Amino acid sequence: MPTTLSSKQRLSIQRIQMPTQDAQPRSRNFKEVNLGLSQAAAIAEAQRCLLCRGRNCVAGCPVGVSIPEFIGALAEGDIPAAADILQQDNALPAVCGRVCPQETQCEAKCLRGIKGEPVAIGYLERFVADWSLTHSADLTSPVLRPASGKRVAVVGCGPSGLTLAGELVGKGHEITIFEALHDTGGVLRYGIPEFRLPKEIIDVEVERLVARGVKIECNVIIGKTLTLAELQQEFDAVYLGNGAGLPVLLDIPGENLSGVYAANEYLTRVNLMGAGQRADCATPIIQGKRVAVIGGGNTAMDCVRIARRLGADSAMIVYRREEDQMPARVEEIHHAQEEGVEFVMLAAPLEVVGDENDWVAALRCQKMVLGEADESGRRRPVALAGETFLLETDVVINALGTRANPLLTATAPELKLNQWGNILANEDGSTTLPGVFAGGDIVRGGATVILAMGDGKRAAASIDAYLQGLPSRLQKTG
Amino acid sequence: MFTVLRNELIAPRLHRILVLAPRIATARQAGQFVMVRASEGEERIPLTIGDADSAQGTITLFVQAIGAGTQKIVSLQPGSSLQDVAGPLGMPTEIETWGRVVCVGGGVGTAVLYPMAKALAAAGNSVTTIIGGRTKSLIILADELAEFCQAVRITTDDGSAGTKGFVTSELKSLIEAPDSRPSTVFAVGPVPMMRAVTELTRSYAIPTVVSLNPIMIDGTGMCGGCRVQIGGEAKFACVDGPEFDGHLVDFEGLAKRLRMYEKHEEACRLSGN
Repeated sequence: MPTTLSSKQRLSIQRIQMPTQDAQPRSRNFKEVNLGLSQAAAIAEAQRCLLCRGRNCVAGCPVGVSIPEFIGALAEGDIPAAADILQQDNALPAVCGRVCPQETQCEAKCLRGIKGEPVAIGYLERFVADWSLTHSADLTSPVLRPASGKRVAVVGCGPSGLTLAGELVGKGHEITIFEALHDTGGVLRYGIPEFRLPKEIIDVEVERLVARGVKIECNVIIGKTLTLAELQQEFDAVYLGNGAGLPVLLDIPGENLSGVYAANEYLTRVNLMGAGQRADCATPIIQGKRVAVIGGGNTAMDCVRIARRLGADSAMIVYRREEDQMPARVEEIHHAQEEGVEFVMLAAPLEVVGDENDWVAALRCQKMVLGEADESGRRRPVALAGETFLLETDVVINALGTRANPLLTATAPELKLNQWGNILANEDGSTTLPGVFAGGDIVRGGATVILAMGDGKRAAASIDAYLQGLPSRLQKTG
Repeated sequence: MFTVLRNELIAPRLHRILVLAPRIATARQAGQFVMVRASEGEERIPLTIGDADSAQGTITLFVQAIGAGTQKIVSLQPGSSLQDVAGPLGMPTEIETWGRVVCVGGGVGTAVLYPMAKALAAAGNSVTTIIGGRTKSLIILADELAEFCQAVRITTDDGSAGTKGFVTSELKSLIEAPDSRPSTVFAVGPVPMMRAVTELTRSYAIPTVVSLNPIMIDGTGMCGGCRVQIGGEAKFACVDGPEFDGHLVDFEGLAKRLRMYEKHEEACRLSGN
């Protein structure tokens, strides 16, 4: 193994390309698109890291992974050491290595990105995490603090709650996660499709937490089966990571025609229930031939790529701005394009048109142009007067986003919410109720897996301090 | 896992199942439902909680075997378990003391009606129940309802039990007699029946509550599949309902959405799944 490389040698290595399944076959199967790096490729990529003193990549990571350290170990060929570092900082590295938007986070801050391409930090994280999944015996068991005798209830078994559970169980606290659905993972399981995040990865990451002592109870809906007040009585602290709720509706005529789905329903049928993936699946799904997905985020990309896999000849993204303004990850857009997804840009849906049997027949759209920039700096789409067109389609999927889930908050009136029904939480995760912390989509509205995980990690530090009677180390900003 | 303690057939294809689910038994109120999966790989099925005994930690479910998922549930023998039972979900029935109320149940909807009627009677209302069905064997829970109702009236399409005809004619006669006119009506059954009941009560301006059973996937306020139009506004049956003001419900829209998977269900029946 090369131990020391000169900067010049490091600079001369080209960024690795992620090997993928070929676009044509993969657009018809649910197997993972990204195949992962070989060991040699991963080590070579790790050697591109200059181990610079700025460590800006770490600042760019919502969970603060010690990126230069794990990459440094990997560059030396010491994969167990890299894995140890990674598992200390991140409860779900195999998930993050797949679904994090590294290009806007750690990799955006990479020194090498200034004059060329940043180190492929996400690919390396995935490589080390996947190695860990099959080499658990080679990993150093994390040092656990002795049992504190304190009990923490976690509401929601999604990325935020799982991260928090992983952090706190290591600090000696007893953790019970309550999950409303019949299976673990939250949005990781019902939201993200198999070809982007195989269920097996979620299973193994969750099993790892269970092996460390985290208890998970499915089919328990806080706000219904048990109330927040009951949890507060039984536990020393509570973390609310119950995620997003009901969809934002299109609010256009024809929304209730047969064949119109909200993204959450479409994704839940396919990802959680297995519709369209197994021949014997009990849960049905309408497999359209021409599918229009409204929206430009990652959820929209997931839906449209699923539609291709379920047999759509034509799977379309309908978005009111232009492609480079879509909030979806660049990689997802690129993969969707390779898989034959069509992009109908500058189009705002006006009406879902039905046939004589009240099934979707077309989507009537308004042509848009880009006008002045709005507060967010993006150019605002403006309707082009009188210019509408019909898009022939048999399934329409609304991927506009979600609202806050009301089930828990409706039964906890003492908990302060914002005008959209999201829980008000400080930077450290504390809420208006002592001992009750919150993070992820129930606080942020629709955000990303990694931001939810970052919230979980910060709240874990706050809860740990709270349980020891120490002041929170994070400045309150709320 | 949730142990099945009893399972009895009370009408053709209709089972009454007693399930051990202590948390739900304690939290549950009339009008709420649970999401049930018999085993791995099955659909999540919304079922009204028919009754509950918090001391015993049990809930009663009425299950009509119509599809693959419900067939699996009713086939479970005492001692075996349901994989998943999640709830109680939905808003409870708004129970007030109105005085005289009429509860109208059509077919298996009577099972959904039963806990509402029981709670209304317990709150001091004088409850008259009308049960309708195609034929005698489909009239369910008459004896159970009679335990707390002032009167139980039965109608069948073929006249094999009770009065021949529809529930609406029976309801109309109650409304038109001054000493039996209800101040509120509760109706649960097939969409055309609930629609007919609400059309009738509208003309007499009698407030009417219906319990809707749209397509549902998670039942926990996430997927939006159960959206229904109430007074021109989209509502979600799983969090806002399942009970709504019957005079505001878009029954035609509901009926259309309920037909979305007809072909799939037909295919399941043919293949024996």
